Amino acid sequence: MQNNTIVQLDGVVKRFPVGRGQFTALKDINLKFKAGEFSGLVGPSGSGKTTLLNIIGSLDGPSEGHARVLDRAVENLSHREAAELRNYHIGFIFQTYNLLPVYTVFENVEFPLLLQKMEKSKREKAVMDALEWLGLTDKVNSRPAQLSGGECQRVAIARAMVKRPEILLADEPTANLDSANSHHILKAMVRLNRDLKTTFIFATHDAKVIKYLRRKIVLEDGSVTKDEKKEPRSKS
Amino acid sequence: MIKFLFKGVIRDSHRSRFPIIIVIIGVLLTVLGSCWLKGVMGDMVDFNARYYTGHVKVVTRAFAENLDQMPLDLALVDIASLKQELSGLAPDMQWISRIRFGGLLDVPDAKGETRAQGPVMGLAVDFSPESGEVSRLNIAKSLVAGRLPLNQDEALISHELAGKMALEPGDVVTLIGSTMYGGLTMTNYRFAGTVRFGIHAMDRGAVIVRLEDARMALDMDDAATAILGYFGGGRYSETRAQNLSDRFNASLAGEKDEFSPQMMPLSRQDGLHEWIEYAGSMSGMLVTLFVLVMSLVLWNAGLLGGLRRYGEVGVRLAIGEHKGHIYRSMIGESVLIGLMGSLLGTLAGLAAAWPLERYGIDMGFAMQNTTMMIPTVFRARITPEAYYIGFFPGLFSTVLGTSLSGIGIYKRQTAQLFKELET
Ligand SMILES: Nc1ncnc2c1ncn2[C@@H]1O[C@H](COP(=O)(O)OP(=O)(O)OP(=O)(O)O)[C@@H](O)[C@H]1O
Ligand SMILES: [Mg+2]
Repeated sequence: MQNNTIVQLDGVVKRFPVGRGQFTALKDINLKFKAGEFSGLVGPSGSGKTTLLNIIGSLDGPSEGHARVLDRAVENLSHREAAELRNYHIGFIFQTYNLLPVYTVFENVEFPLLLQKMEKSKREKAVMDALEWLGLTDKVNSRPAQLSGGECQRVAIARAMVKRPEILLADEPTANLDSANSHHILKAMVRLNRDLKTTFIFATHDAKVIKYLRRKIVLEDGSVTKDEKKEPRSKS
Repeated sequence: MIKFLFKGVIRDSHRSRFPIIIVIIGVLLTVLGSCWLKGVMGDMVDFNARYYTGHVKVVTRAFAENLDQMPLDLALVDIASLKQELSGLAPDMQWISRIRFGGLLDVPDAKGETRAQGPVMGLAVDFSPESGEVSRLNIAKSLVAGRLPLNQDEALISHELAGKMALEPGDVVTLIGSTMYGGLTMTNYRFAGTVRFGIHAMDRGAVIVRLEDARMALDMDDAATAILGYFGGGRYSETRAQNLSDRFNASLAGEKDEFSPQMMPLSRQDGLHEWIEYAGSMSGMLVTLFVLVMSLVLWNAGLLGGLRRYGEVGVRLAIGEHKGHIYRSMIGESVLIGLMGSLLGTLAGLAAAWPLERYGIDMGFAMQNTTMMIPTVFRARITPEAYYIGFFPGLFSTVLGTSLSGIGIYKRQTAQLFKELET
């Protein structure tokens, strides 16, 4: 992989078995993402955004073609290696937050670091840093059920970034949020991208999100139909 | 990580409540069932030992072959020297003689004609304090009316029989039977009191007489149908009894005489052996049964709970936990649940067994016709085993149930599990 390419997709095809036949969700995808990008997969429902994000996140392998993520071939990774890749290098943010309901904010954010077997003092510092970053220090001991949607999504972002991953994958992160909260969250992500150089790849059809993207990849019916770079909207 | 799991189990009452309740119930029943079995079987062994078999019993070889016919003509003789020999062999044991005999009880009216008559089982007992028989047979406490036989030719009669024959303490009855040598014997006994032992086989029709009176009446000087041996602490030990019997019998192996004595441990008499084994295997079966039933229930509960947790599994996969780790952590949770449930279930089981140990349940109505030496009041017995036995089904079933239901995690594709997140 040359220079700072962090994700490279070559001729990626994804088929799903449907009934007796097969459904092709992704058709010959060729894409490169560079470190530090703030980009998004945009397109109508069913166009294959989530499917592609899952392959980049090593949750699923391509049916054909090659997907290289951080110098690893996703299609060749064992379960364990894929889990390891996600554990240390990739953060996920979902539309539905997916916090673990029985655990506090602190414990939710701590969880990825427990998996990494990070020692306690380092872990606690990292968790508090992440919570501070997202303005959640007063919610440390709250449970997800006691938080607003916006707060939940901020906890989810804290959980994804606490391990300082190279790549953050966000699937419709604003779909359940009102516009004030959406902007709040997007600003936090822009800040992360700027200060920690985290690479962001979104999957979205939300215009609010699209406005923040510096690269817009349009997916239609499993194919890339447009891939355009924008200048940053503002220099805040 | 364990702490993390523990918090989850404690806080997620949906996840833990149902399995814990199942485990508690299963463990409670296991503990209670085993205490019950232990109690009933233990009492049975104990009663048999006290009233009939001793911890070991010495009879003639010929008598041993006809145990249930109580053949007086095959009784042991030279009791005094035999007892000395036995005391030499096992000085810490108590050796006592008894005579069991069959007879006909005849109740005369004022004119001396027969008013009532019936077959009885006679038991001749050594009433001297050194023998310990009065307390071993619980005679004093079983007295319903009258007193112990103190004078020559006084007898006790089971309360039931006395009622049937309309006998009152002080009445004189005649016991008709045959002597050791086959002659007819008729002895008048003044009847001192009535007894109720709470053992149906004894209460139906027993007459208890003093050993020395019976020896006289039955022509059994220095003879007895059996010598019973009891261990010092009063507790039966199968290995000791078996060892002692082997030793004793080996010392007489050369004898050809069918009247030479032979020792039998409690377990070799009257099919008790089977009962003891049966009790042991019942405990095992009980545990196995509960393991199976609870595992099935918990497996299904785990499947349902697992559906609810697909979302959680999906996120954890996304965060970078691998399937094996998730599976193991679920097993870890089940161990925690199993331990908590077993602990609570054991406590509940012990709490339920306690009144059963203390007060028991009167099952006399169900045993009207039994000839077995079974107490009519069944009691549980809390043994050390009761404190841990419940942990086997408790832990095993939670772990097995979770292992089975958790296989779904492996079977499903990662992305498929993950998909559940979106819906
Ligand atoms: N596991 C699967 N089995 C069968 N078909 C699938 C599977 N996953 C996705 N698909 C199909 O692939 C297509 C793309 O799905 P995908 O979830 O990637 O769309 P999307 O662009 O994320 O849509 P949305 O905006 O609604 O989230 C859809 O038609 C979907 O039905
Ligand atoms: Mg999608």
